Amino acid sequence: MSSTLTTLRDLPRARLFWPIVTLVALLLLNFAVSPGFFAIRFQNGHLFGSLIDILRNGAPTLLVALGMTVVIATRGIDLSVGAVVAISGALACTIIADSPTPGSLGTVLAAVAVALAFSLVLGAWNGLLVAVFGIQPIIATLILMTAGRGIAMLITEGQIITISSAPYKVIGAGYWFGLPASIVIAGAMFAIAALVTRKTALGLLIESVGINPVASRLAGVRSRGIIWVVYVFSGLCAAIAGLMISSNVTAADANSAGLYIEMDAILAVVIGGTSLAGGRYSLTGTLIGAFVIQTLTTTVYTVGIAPSITLVFKALVVIAVCLLQSPALQARLRARRVSTDLSDKKGVLA
Amino acid sequence: MTTTPSTAVQAAAPTPAGEPIIRMDDISISFPGVKALDAVSFRMFPGEVHSLMGENGAGKSTLIKALTGVYTIDSGTMTLGGRPLVISSPAQAQAAGISTVYQEVNLLPNLSVAENIMLGREPRRAGAIDWRAMRRRAAELLARLNLDIDPASLLSAHSLAVQQLVAIARATDVDAKVLILDEPTSSLDADEVSELFRVIRGLKDDGVAILFVSHFLDQVYEISDRLTVLRNGALVGEYLTREILRIELVHKMIGKELATLESLESKTRQAAVEGDTVDVPYLEAVGLGRKGSIEPTDLAIHEGEVVGLAGLLGSGRTEIARLITGADRPDSGEVLVRGARRRLRTPRVALRDRIAYSSEDRKREGIVDDLSVRDNIVLALQADRGWFRRISRKRQDELANSYISALGIRPANPDALVRNLSGGNQQKVLLARWLAVAPRLLVLDEPTRGIDVGAKAEIQKLVSNLADEGMAVVFISAELEEVLRLSHRIAVMRDRRKVADLPNEDVTVGQIMGLIASGAEA
Repeated sequence: MSSTLTTLRDLPRARLFWPIVTLVALLLLNFAVSPGFFAIRFQNGHLFGSLIDILRNGAPTLLVALGMTVVIATRGIDLSVGAVVAISGALACTIIADSPTPGSLGTVLAAVAVALAFSLVLGAWNGLLVAVFGIQPIIATLILMTAGRGIAMLITEGQIITISSAPYKVIGAGYWFGLPASIVIAGAMFAIAALVTRKTALGLLIESVGINPVASRLAGVRSRGIIWVVYVFSGLCAAIAGLMISSNVTAADANSAGLYIEMDAILAVVIGGTSLAGGRYSLTGTLIGAFVIQTLTTTVYTVGIAPSITLVFKALVVIAVCLLQSPALQARLRARRVSTDLSDKKGVLA
Repeated sequence: MTTTPSTAVQAAAPTPAGEPIIRMDDISISFPGVKALDAVSFRMFPGEVHSLMGENGAGKSTLIKALTGVYTIDSGTMTLGGRPLVISSPAQAQAAGISTVYQEVNLLPNLSVAENIMLGREPRRAGAIDWRAMRRRAAELLARLNLDIDPASLLSAHSLAVQQLVAIARATDVDAKVLILDEPTSSLDADEVSELFRVIRGLKDDGVAILFVSHFLDQVYEISDRLTVLRNGALVGEYLTREILRIELVHKMIGKELATLESLESKTRQAAVEGDTVDVPYLEAVGLGRKGSIEPTDLAIHEGEVVGLAGLLGSGRTEIARLITGADRPDSGEVLVRGARRRLRTPRVALRDRIAYSSEDRKREGIVDDLSVRDNIVLALQADRGWFRRISRKRQDELANSYISALGIRPANPDALVRNLSGGNQQKVLLARWLAVAPRLLVLDEPTRGIDVGAKAEIQKLVSNLADEGMAVVFISAELEEVLRLSHRIAVMRDRRKVADLPNEDVTVGQIMGLIASGAEA
């Protein structure tokens, strides 16, 4: 009896307890407002429903947040992801628009390859500034955050590039195996990231560098290489998200594509329980965090919150989740619970 | 007012009969689980240079922090110029006339010299900063230190020594009655030190009481009039510098009576390496040095040999260890591994040559506290193999479990977070990490510090077994008995130099202490 009680009491301290509670609460709130919320239909071999929409719309945020998670684990941060989103969309769309055969699969594959390859260069640039020149990550990536939009503008020559290419449209709006392709892509990237970091020693070395860089250096860890890898990975994830976003709207907008996505990604990481101080990280936590963020956005529409206070509502939820996870607050709550337990006992004795 | 340069010098020579400017009586400070200061009394007279002496953990920095308001005292009383002194913040201490210049220069390199000196106390006129008055005042202060630099120049344009003097100029502007210099010479060369001492003497003549903390015995004897020795948070005594022999001072700092030390001898030590060992040392340092850290030094370590490094903190014992293990880069000399020249640029490169370094700073440079015991043990081995070739979980468990049982790591749980282990067990985890890479040369810097007696004995036994199996070991410890018991050869370090390198045959703790104290064979 007492043991089950303690495990129940320990539950709120489990790593992913509060993020999951928040996600479930938000989903239930949606269900209460619109009873058809959990319904999933199967039509023409495709899945439809609000939940599927959340997954699909959350895919770019999840991708960016995956890269952000490993960067944050090394005590870094990548503010340039929004700009990389814009650059990759601009690059792919411009190549497709300039091509005589925008609808051919070959053109699309080439455009995607160029966009992804360039994102590796951008990620390597961030890695160079942080790992080799020792610039603080927030400053180093701020450079690309501001310059990157300019690069995207140069690529699109200041225009919004609209394209009409069936194969490209698949990335953001098509279906594979009955699921939206973006969900499949994001899911695959999540699986790859989880496999690579846990099946190789990369995860251990990333955490080691994030927890104690000095000790890691003395242990012979090549932290420079590790830091480089995480920024390149973050750039790649952002570029895939950029392809998805531009494909979904069949247009590249250098100004607004991926705007503030770094904020959503950082929030997803934080909600998922990875500390901004670096060290231990949780990709699953980030997954849940990204869905919390996306569900929040959806909730704003289903509940009918006025657009003018949308951001305030989002902020309140994020503050609540962060507070619930704060060790200081948890310790305080626990102390109160102990004292009320004691006073209960006193009451019985009296 | 008393410190205005124009007024006559009030207290030229330190006279115990005069009134002390600072009195601290029965000061105690506790931290959870540790009594950092235990009823320590301390006093300083105007116009004297007073050295605070003690090894690691003696309580020097705690005492300074009590005096500068960083820590609040648990019990005891402090007076300044005869009046009760109650301070709870560094700002209050400064307002009361107690200024501190810390080891790392605490200035802003991107501001001018004048701005640095006057920061937070800028002269104002009609609300705006009076730049001309500021530069004038800064120039006055610099002139008082005989420092001929342009107050408008950028601080970063000057050498570290000049920056240190600027910090002192800043400290003396606030009508300082007491000036605390915490390791001011640790990054200065000989000329810069003499420049600093000239300034210190000038301030002393102005009646300022100067608290001087340094690891360099020569400097302590050169500049200070009086010294106070602390050990393990307790007061050992206060002495006039000219009346205490160096060897006595070292004894008081390390804490063993000469008689008991002489009787200890080195009976338990194994016989020195036989003549059949290879002539080429595993590692040989030739003229290896680093400016501001250690003078060019020769050192050779053979396989199967334990070389003990003896010396006080800051004597160069850790510094030479860091140079032969790639932790720091030398700027002179070279390293030969089995006779071949090597550039050990990083610990990673050194590890390739099977040279492992276990740092004295277990928390900051050793354990990765949020990782498990298993992860910590395999870390160096895994780093050597690269991220792609992961050590299988099965092999990791084998490694972790074998070291856990071989070294007696408690709790015997490879999944336990290292941060939750005791100091001794953390040290064993670190030893396991280095042993897992099968080093040929293992450099252990204070591996037994702050751990309980049982764990200490186990680690000592392990070290001697490793050497018997043919490993070359460098063993650094502040405890000379330990060094004598384990080492085949002892290199004695003093003031950034190796002053002796002797086979451990009939060597006594007393002799080593003599070498540490004076540099001459006792």
